[in-house]
Amino acid sequence: MRNPTATRMLFEMSEPGRGTVVFPESDIPRVTGIPELGAEHLATGLLPLPELAEPDVVRHFVNLSTLNMSVDTHFYPLGSCTMKYNPKRHERLARLPQAAASHPYQQESQIQGLLSVLYELQGMLAEISGLPAVSLHPAAGAQGELTALLTAAAWFRHRGEQRTRVLFPASAHGTNPASAALAGFECVQLSGGRDGFVDLSELRSQLDDRVAVFMVTNPNTLGLFEKDIATIAGMLHEAGGLVYIDGANMNAILGRTRPGDFGGDMMHYNVHKTFTGPHGAGGPGAGPIAVRDFLAPFLPAPVVTFDVARNWYSLTSPEYSIGRMRSFFGNVGILLRGYCYIRTVGGRGLREAADCAVLNANYLLSQVRDFLEVPHGNRCMHEFVASAKRLKEQTGVTAMDIAKRLLDYGFHAPTVYFPLVVEEALMMEPTETESLATLDAFAAALREICSEPAELVKGAPHTTAVCRPDDVTAARKPILCWSGQC
Amino acid sequence: MDPETLYFAKTHEWVSVTGNVATVGITDFAVRLLTDIVYLSLPVAGKVYRPGQAMGEVESVKAVSDIYAPVSGEVLEVNLGLPEQLQLLSESPFERAWIVKLKLSDASELEKLMNRAQYLGHCDG
Amino acid sequence: MAYLFDTPEQRQRMLKAIGAGSVDELFEQIPRELQLGRELSLEGGVSELELEQDLQRRLGQAGGGGVCFLGGGVYDHFIPAVVDELTSRGEFYTAYTPYQAEASQGTLQAFYEYQTLISQLSGMDVSNASLYEGGTAVSEAVFMAMRINGRDGRVVVAGSLHPEYRQVLRTYFSRLGTEIVEVPASGGVVSVELCRAALTTDTTALVLQQPNFFGCLEDIAGLTAAAHAAGALAILAFDPLSPGLLKRPGDYGVDIAVAEGQPLGTPLQFGGPLLGIFTCRSEYVRKMPGRLVGRTVDRRGRECFVLNLQAREQHIRRDKATSNICTNQGLLALRTTVFLSVVGPRGLCQMAKLSHEKAQYAAACLTRLPGVVLKYDRSFFREFVLETPLPATEVLTALAARGFNVGPELSRFGDSLGEGLGRCFLVALTEKRTRAEIDALAAALGEVLSG
Repeated sequence: MRNPTATRMLFEMSEPGRGTVVFPESDIPRVTGIPELGAEHLATGLLPLPELAEPDVVRHFVNLSTLNMSVDTHFYPLGSCTMKYNPKRHERLARLPQAAASHPYQQESQIQGLLSVLYELQGMLAEISGLPAVSLHPAAGAQGELTALLTAAAWFRHRGEQRTRVLFPASAHGTNPASAALAGFECVQLSGGRDGFVDLSELRSQLDDRVAVFMVTNPNTLGLFEKDIATIAGMLHEAGGLVYIDGANMNAILGRTRPGDFGGDMMHYNVHKTFTGPHGAGGPGAGPIAVRDFLAPFLPAPVVTFDVARNWYSLTSPEYSIGRMRSFFGNVGILLRGYCYIRTVGGRGLREAADCAVLNANYLLSQVRDFLEVPHGNRCMHEFVASAKRLKEQTGVTAMDIAKRLLDYGFHAPTVYFPLVVEEALMMEPTETESLATLDAFAAALREICSEPAELVKGAPHTTAVCRPDDVTAARKPILCWSGQC
Repeated sequence: MDPETLYFAKTHEWVSVTGNVATVGITDFAVRLLTDIVYLSLPVAGKVYRPGQAMGEVESVKAVSDIYAPVSGEVLEVNLGLPEQLQLLSESPFERAWIVKLKLSDASELEKLMNRAQYLGHCDG
Repeated sequence: MAYLFDTPEQRQRMLKAIGAGSVDELFEQIPRELQLGRELSLEGGVSELELEQDLQRRLGQAGGGGVCFLGGGVYDHFIPAVVDELTSRGEFYTAYTPYQAEASQGTLQAFYEYQTLISQLSGMDVSNASLYEGGTAVSEAVFMAMRINGRDGRVVVAGSLHPEYRQVLRTYFSRLGTEIVEVPASGGVVSVELCRAALTTDTTALVLQQPNFFGCLEDIAGLTAAAHAAGALAILAFDPLSPGLLKRPGDYGVDIAVAEGQPLGTPLQFGGPLLGIFTCRSEYVRKMPGRLVGRTVDRRGRECFVLNLQAREQHIRRDKATSNICTNQGLLALRTTVFLSVVGPRGLCQMAKLSHEKAQYAAACLTRLPGVVLKYDRSFFREFVLETPLPATEVLTALAARGFNVGPELSRFGDSLGEGLGRCFLVALTEKRTRAEIDALAAALGEVLSG
């Protein structure tokens, strides 16, 4: 049961003199002959941080946590997010002191074990993707995209080619064009065919010697496998360009097909999606990339290499490396969780996960399509997009309204209004770690909502602590901290 | 301001010309598309803009859109009161919600713009 | 063992409802010639017990069994038990990004509290809800400066800024035609005159660090004035522990202040995941990268929290976004919020004082050894550069063998910190190091140098 007084702001619970963490008395003698801190550098008063008693802090955060939905508490069919179960064994293993207390500047001799694990992970990600050269460096998927684009740019420059454009479909995740722009490319968006797939003639019309990369998600964000992907890759390669696969949807194809086998030259993984890294309310994640051999020399540094003769793991810099994308090696804490998952389920387990993810999504589609339009057919991969367009025309109820009403039924909403190519989109990805009973209950709730009176749905959510925050006023006059000064 | 006398750009700016002064704003259609507008950043006084160059931004919760100069010119005046009275954009988009006055440098550029009927057709299409 | 549910009977029922004969049929969407047609060449799944035993065996001892005196951006600080306990709640760490505000008030309020605490800590007007880590935070700050003053051709960077942060800058700006001008450090700091000379009217910003990579304290006031005089922004990378003892970035009047937040409640984890702290002056808030949580009211007038100014982010603005960042470091921002809540201003001040005193003491003990000198005769905070008669790599290897992890050696970063530094290395102290450990380090170093 929630305690409402405990969720008031931390700053309202502050009293001077309260405090909780105490450090041992200093037994350090004063020294002479060492430069002192000049007065010009010293703080002049106590920091204005709140002074809190530990029991208050604990009550505060425990009660706050009860205001959240989470994978541990609810079904979260968010398309393209792969909200699958986060195994607790990974939490314990990633927290082993040998890993958690390793400083990045430790002697190589002390971290051989850790490096061997990371090296093994590089190999696993190469096998799963079909692309042999792996970098564990990027901090998240978006950074993985940027890293791969910069790697490709360096390769082109090395060949003396000036390529300035990146193509992507209108259904692409927003990070794709954002990353391309950051990498200094001109972004060209393709509208695609009405069937939801890449339109080959449209693509052909845009291919020339300015095109560097085509960024595509496969399965795409409509949950459909681009059946012409090999042809698309052929077209790009003939024009001298490269294909980048956004790996957000890898959960659909693990062990069934591989980006390297269907024409991809580069891809990123989202460890916090496919490999059960916890979402953490917005991170941390990890976005390792896998690329073709010819791109390997340009990968960011450092990578883990193994010297067979000396039986020694090292951190090295590829020959023409683009350099560093962030400090230190990578998000090792998250990478370890992904490693644990792949080790515990094995290759067969990964394929079973994909099988079940696709089965669950198709089943949910079959249950939903008689009351919610699914514009792109009766088959999907691990996710599908339904549309509330007809409902909106008939009753005024929108995808957002349905999303909010689902909260009353005890489900987190699917992704709404993405991809942009479907009006009133509801993108649903159940994942494999859900039972038939959950899927049936969710479908029943959706069916119920679609026949409820419009005012009831538009007034939702009714049972949550808050209902429809005013984000317009928030954007006009942002209040971003407690003192209100910002 | 009678919309019939205005010129329109494909990017939803309107232009009204008196002598060599072009007054520019954004259309009611654009305002409706954006829905609740939360912020506006004005062009820079004294700066010279070319047609198609971004000279300001209008932001809603859903989107941030650039405001493009429909013709070339030097900024003579900006509507300083507008950012604090964003409701004028829906109440009076062609009159009180003018954004900038440009010194028209090349009147022939107006021929590249649309009239009201053409603009409405463009919005429907 | 992929955490699956269905019985064979349930599978059949589902397939029937779908109208397919088998799961394989569902994968017919993938053209036959593209299907893998074999098992992945990965080892079979192992049990939790086996995996734990394997990792325990391979990973060896924590920190190689040595005492940590390593610095250079991340440090072995104390983390109270409460931090792990509260952030291990599944409602926090298995939650999603708070796009649906009604389902995420816990997360949103915690981030709002985080933003407030960070602005109190830094003395800056506003903080975002985190970026990846310190290095990318610096790069994002430079992008933001360019958005603010429209100058995108040139940035001036102190040569005393963390070499890895400078490397990240180079990678991010390499394709964009931006000139990155480094002002070399001399005597452990950068000179105001040299920076002033480098700041041209087309320079977007001056990037500084306090304390700098050497642990030395810079004249931030003078450097900030020089930047502003040239119409450039002052960007400061600061040590998030330092406000307990030293002036805050806001006190110096800088425009954007960033930090590596790891010292405030995040374990080392071999360098990631970490916490990118990002703050700025309030007039720049619409140009900030990353997520921002705002306070508002709901339909019934109840106070609540919501992701704010999202129109700036990649999922809406796409190629014109303030950044490409999507997933950030949510859980680590939460750790820092809990950390600061229980440590409080007095605890933080104590941590800073202890780290400082111990660094002073260590410097005194170590420089008593023949031939060992403090490389830079300047005030420093929590870490310092030592120079000995032997090559640094040799010294550090020998110390590690004796159970003391010290460093990094400055030559690790090539010439980027200066020339002739082959016998120099960092020594970092935190509140965790005891007098006995420091005395033992001095004894060990004495042995290494005489042996």
